[in-house]
Parts: sequence; C-alpha cells; structure tokens
Amino acid sequence: MNTDLPFLILHHSPQNNLNEFIHRFGSRFHLIDPLLPSFSAADANLSRILVCVGLEPVNPSTLDRFPSIQCVIGTTAGIDHIDTGECHRRGIKVTNAGIAFSEDVADYAIGLLIDVLRRISASQRYIRSASWPVKGDYPLGSTLGGKRIGIIGLGSIGSMIATRLESFGCIISYSSRTDKSKTNYTYFKSVDNLVRNCDILIACCSLTSETHHIINRETMMLLGKEGIVINVGRGGLVNEKALVEALVKGELGGAGLDVYEEEPIVSRELFELDNVVLSPHCAAFTPEGTEMILDVVGTNIEAFLANKPLLSEVKYA
Amino acid sequence: MESIGVLMTCPMNAYLEQELDKRFKLFRFWHFPQEHTFLSEHSATIRAVVGNASIGANANLIDALPSLEIVSSFSVGLDKVDLAKCKDKGIRVTNTPGVLTEDVADLAIGLMIALLRRLCESDRYVRGGLWKKKGNFKSTTKFSGKSVGIIGLGRIGLAIAKRAEAFGCPISYYSRSPKATSNYYKYYPTVVDLASNCEILVVACALTEETRHIINREVIDALGPEGVVINIGRGPHIDEAELVSALVEGRLGGAGLDVFENEPEVPDQLFELENVVLTPHVGSGTNETRKAMTDLVIGNLEAHFLNKPLLSPVV
Repeated sequence: MNTDLPFLILHHSPQNNLNEFIHRFGSRFHLIDPLLPSFSAADANLSRILVCVGLEPVNPSTLDRFPSIQCVIGTTAGIDHIDTGECHRRGIKVTNAGIAFSEDVADYAIGLLIDVLRRISASQRYIRSASWPVKGDYPLGSTLGGKRIGIIGLGSIGSMIATRLESFGCIISYSSRTDKSKTNYTYFKSVDNLVRNCDILIACCSLTSETHHIINRETMMLLGKEGIVINVGRGGLVNEKALVEALVKGELGGAGLDVYEEEPIVSRELFELDNVVLSPHCAAFTPEGTEMILDVVGTNIEAFLANKPLLSEVKYA
Repeated sequence: MESIGVLMTCPMNAYLEQELDKRFKLFRFWHFPQEHTFLSEHSATIRAVVGNASIGANANLIDALPSLEIVSSFSVGLDKVDLAKCKDKGIRVTNTPGVLTEDVADLAIGLMIALLRRLCESDRYVRGGLWKKKGNFKSTTKFSGKSVGIIGLGRIGLAIAKRAEAFGCPISYYSRSPKATSNYYKYYPTVVDLASNCEILVVACALTEETRHIINREVIDALGPEGVVINIGRGPHIDEAELVSALVEGRLGGAGLDVFENEPEVPDQLFELENVVLTPHVGSGTNETRKAMTDLVIGNLEAHFLNKPLLSPVV
C-alpha cells in the first residue's frame, strides 16, 4: 500500500456500485471504504476528502465521524442530502456534479413532457394489449408548440430545458432566486405569478427549506385541468398528496414524474392514470453521464489538493 | 351547397364529420354495407371525396363516381390517392400540409427520447412495483449529441432537424437532390451512406413507388446493432418483415414506430421488445391539429365549389 497517495473516504450505501470509481481512481488515490471490515479509523483521519457517492446522507454525525475532512465531493446535481449549512459552519467545502448530468436530465424532462402530451407510453400500452384493431384509433393528445412553459429554477438544467423547448415553438418563462437577465425569457419573482402565465410547469431547482412543496395544491388549481406538472428535481418540490388528489379528480391535466417524496414508494392511484408518466429517478442515469461525473469528481479532487478554485463548488447560500 | 354530395371514406374525426354535415350532403361510406347498391343509388350526386391515410381514393372508387370533381385528403400523405388518374380526369386533389408539421416533428423527437432513454419501459417498471422489489432501473444511453440522419428534408424533415439541433445532434440527410440549407446539414447521396453515418435514422419523406421499402435489409445492416430507426412517415417505407427479424435477432439497435404496413395490425413479435416504442399512427393526433386539418379540408372544398383558388392543391 502506497501511503504517498492522497486518501479518499468513499461514503456510500451497500447498494452503491463502486466499480467505476475504483477503476478510475484506485491507482491514484488510497480509497477508504468505511463499510469494509478492513476499515481503519486511523487511515480515515489521514483523509481530507470525503466523496459522497449517490444520495448517501452527509449530516453532523458523518462529519463527527471523519473529523479530518475539509472537502465533501458530491456526485449528484441535487445535494439536499448533504448538510451544507453544517459543512459551512465547519469550514468544509462542498462540490456537486456541476453540469455532468444537465443534458441528460433536460432531455428526460422533454421526453416526459412529450410522452404526457402525446400519450406515448399510454398508447404503447394500448397497442401491446392488442386494442388497436379492436377499439379503433387512440384518443387525441395535445400539441406542444405554442404552449407556455414555466421553468422553476433556471440553473444549467433549467436553461438546457429552455433552449430545447424553444425549438418546439414553446413560450418560456421562469422563476428563480435571481433574475437571470441575460435571457430572452420572461422572469417572475414568485411561482404564483409564474403559474398564472403558463400551461406547463417544470420543476428543476434545488430542494431547500424555501422550495419545499413549491408546487402545492394552490399552484395546481391555478394551472388547471389542462395543466401539466413535470418534476425532475426532487420529490419534495411537489406536494405529492395534493398532486395525486388533483390528478385523480381530473383537476390537473397530467404529470411526468422522475422523483417522489418517499422513493421508491409511488402512490398506486397514479398507476391507473394514462395522463401520467412515471420513471424511477433515472433522468441522470446514462453511461455518458457516469463518465462525466467521474471527470468532474477527478477535477474537483485535484483542484482541492492543489489549493486551486474548485470546478463545481456549492457556495453556501 | 347542401345538395352537393360529399363522400367520407371512413371515420376519421367527429368535428370534421360535423362540419361536413353542416355544409354538404354527407355520405358516410362505412354506413353502407352494400358498396355496390350505395354507389348505384348515390354516385351521381357525389362531387367530392374526403379520405385519409387509411382509405383514400383509388382507381376503382374514382371510376365509380362519374360526378367526382375534387378529392380533399385529411392527411398530408397522398399515397392512398390515385394521383395519376385524378390528373387524367381533371379531378382536383388537396391535402393538409403545414398544419400538422410540428406535431409530427414533435412526435419524432418524443419517440427518439422515449426509445433511447427507455421511458415506456421505466414507466412499466414503476407501475409493476419493480422499483421497490428490484431496486434502481438501469442506465440508458444519452440522447443529446447523437447523430440524426433524416430521409426527406421537406417541411417535416426540416422541423425534425431544427428540434434535434437544439439537443446538439449533428444532422445529416438523404433526399433526391441536395438542398440549400442555412445550417450545416450533411448530404448523403444514398440511404445506405446515410445509415452508415448516423445513429438515429428517421423517415420523413412522402410514400411513392420509389420510396416504398426505402429502409430495407441493406439499410438496416448499415445502421447496425448500435443504430435505431424512427418511422413517422408511412408503414411501407420500411420492409417490416426485415425490420422485425433484425430487431428480434439483435442486428438493429431499436425502433420507434408510429406507422405500420397493415394498420391497425402491428407484428406482435415487437410487443415484448424493450428496444421498440410503438404508437398507433398518432403523428398528427392532437385536438389542435385535427381541428386545423378540418378547417383546411372544409376551406378547400368551399373554395372549389365557390370557384375560388384552392388553399392547398396538389393536383
């Protein structure tokens, strides 16, 4: 064991597959896996960097357990599972995935939206149940072009969604913590005003105490029975109970969901609905994205060790 | 105009039926079980036929309607209309271009993303309770940046290109001759060349004698196990038997199909393949577009019977 190599703690759950990580970093770093019987706390104390694999929570007790940590390297776009406030208090830097997954998540949001409007998954079920020759043409869907889109959060994912949807002839508005005035899109400070001016809401902002249930029953009533909600952010951005009720009662036009409040639990009532498309939190999961996140992680680690500015540091807001 | 006989070939849209009924003497072909009796009784009064992608106006029908002046198709594709015969007999033909371009292009992109990212499969995974039982769904290949090859760079082909470009997809195409395009779209002189140089091949041309089975075994081989085909044109654009065996045998990466050779029949070998997305000819199937198509059909018929210029004549 070459102890000249820098130490990295791999903070993960038993379900996480570490093969790609070990393949990429195993020869350049001394990887410490706290879940292995061979784990040594002494070695852990030589590590300044903790890599948070997937959504494994990093909370005060994690930081107490590894007191030498000065940098937490996140591997996902959303890092609500990392207590950034506590990290900031302890002077610990935090990084996220940067734009490694942004295109994939943007693509997926568009895919979900077209699927909901044009009933792709539902009409495929129709064909596969041999209904087409028996029951005739499938009911009509709804046009995407000309629809008013409200994007909640105009970070890298939100902006990529916006440029894609512009090509479909959609009208783009957004709500964000700050007015990104360099865009041509209409800015609304509050989601309430945003929703009054759009037909489709796409949630792709970070989950914080301010954005928890940012889409609530009131929002959905304003969106109306032709309105569509797409969520590729975090389950907590949407009041799921209210969403299910609105969909079941026909008060909301449809929904495309990649995330839920209590994953992997998804309300069974949604399974009966053809105006809903459900995916198991996989918008970011592509081989290309996995390659990119390893690049981002590697770059952040090297920068930290060289005392240089980090690639995708999350500044405490 | 209430005495003008208009023959609707099959059920296609309630709003269209209603509007035709209001203005003309509408005959619904499917209400008459005895075609022969119907024609001998009413053929003299029928001056217009409204057909669609399923049933148009073939030589037999045209010959059976001596008073026929105009065929107004509720579609942009005219493969079900005997255009040569219409031209010969001085019968006008109109279709519904432009109004459905965007919906069809939107569906083409929707099929591409659904196919590459396995959207339908993951929806099925969640609804089947497998997320809880088996854990995370698998990794699926990225869509943005994949090379897209388009057969036919007309209205629909261009609309598909515009959208795919927004996803960073390099665009290439095949058509009868190179087009002057404002963006850099690479032209290939043969479909096999195009298929050899793209990852997603999409059919967006008209169906004619020349383009029947334009996607054949050779093209499928060129596309290969990493390539996928998207069809939003007409079923006969693809040699369906070759397509099915290529998919079943893993020689082709996947397919997104909105059209089939014998609609509404769909080869059931495709039903269980997760690298196939199937939709029941819904390219123009939105309330907004079907209304716009209706308005165009009615507009063309009214223009004809009022001796005004047709809105979207083909013949």
